[in-house]
Amino acid sequence: MITLLANPQRFLAFSRVAAPSLGALAAILGLAALWTGWSVPDDYQQGSTVRLMFIHVPAALTGMLIYACLAVSAFFGLVFRHSLADAAARAAAPLGAAVSFLGLVTGSFWGRPMWGAWWVWDARLTSYLILFLFFVAYMALQASIDDETKADRASGILALVGAVNLPIVYFSVQWWNSLHQGETIFAAGGSKASPVYLLPLFLMWGAFYAGFGALWLVRIRAEIWRRRAQALAVQGAR
Amino acid sequence: MPNLELGKYVIYVVPAYLITGAVIAAMVADSLLRAGRWKREVEKREVEKREAARNGQKKKKA
Repeated sequence: MITLLANPQRFLAFSRVAAPSLGALAAILGLAALWTGWSVPDDYQQGSTVRLMFIHVPAALTGMLIYACLAVSAFFGLVFRHSLADAAARAAAPLGAAVSFLGLVTGSFWGRPMWGAWWVWDARLTSYLILFLFFVAYMALQASIDDETKADRASGILALVGAVNLPIVYFSVQWWNSLHQGETIFAAGGSKASPVYLLPLFLMWGAFYAGFGALWLVRIRAEIWRRRAQALAVQGAR
Repeated sequence: MPNLELGKYVIYVVPAYLITGAVIAAMVADSLLRAGRWKREVEKREVEKREAARNGQKKKKA
């Protein structure tokens, strides 16, 4: 599949259909998640703030997925020197920054009423903040180097270094005593969350993943066209 | 039916949803506008390239 889509023309043909399909799926899942999420009863401990979980958890998990996609793309770009892999990495970074920002902000809005603080230097929160900063650093490094090949190489290495943080984010609640709650949905012995909250959570999770897929494809298309426009401009100047 | 009575936590829940909606809308708009802009740019440059090639052929013939 990857080999098949490595050709930009084939990728453009594929994404022309796949991007709107994923976008439509994201919209349907998102609306269903909003409807079911706002229909559930308040939690006996968290009250109405339980609704924040329906955006916080999917945003936080999608931020991690995007970083994994960024790191894998950067790896393919570094090893195979394939321009589409570099385009995919470039396209993922702004989406990752925005979604991980949402993960942090929505978590903060939940933390204030539940923990009494907007922010604590807890292992999960801190490692997730580092994840967000890696997205920002990736974009800053890309922007700071004029030569695109060098920029892709330098930022690709940075992306791979940052990938070390992904398991730290995931396992932080097990490795350290954390204020952040531990495994809930996929906890050993079954989900600790009430089943009534799982449907909107999974729907929104699906919406975030599908939405990321759609926007990623759109941004890779934009990146392919940007590179082609620049190549044509250079040819025209000769 | 959706329950819109959020009680004392309304000041946390509603802004979080509004910020999420705004960020998602900004991501969608930025992605679509960016793709549209570069697609038009490629089309414009390809037209220019074809015209330049045509003008070059005419000059050769002349």
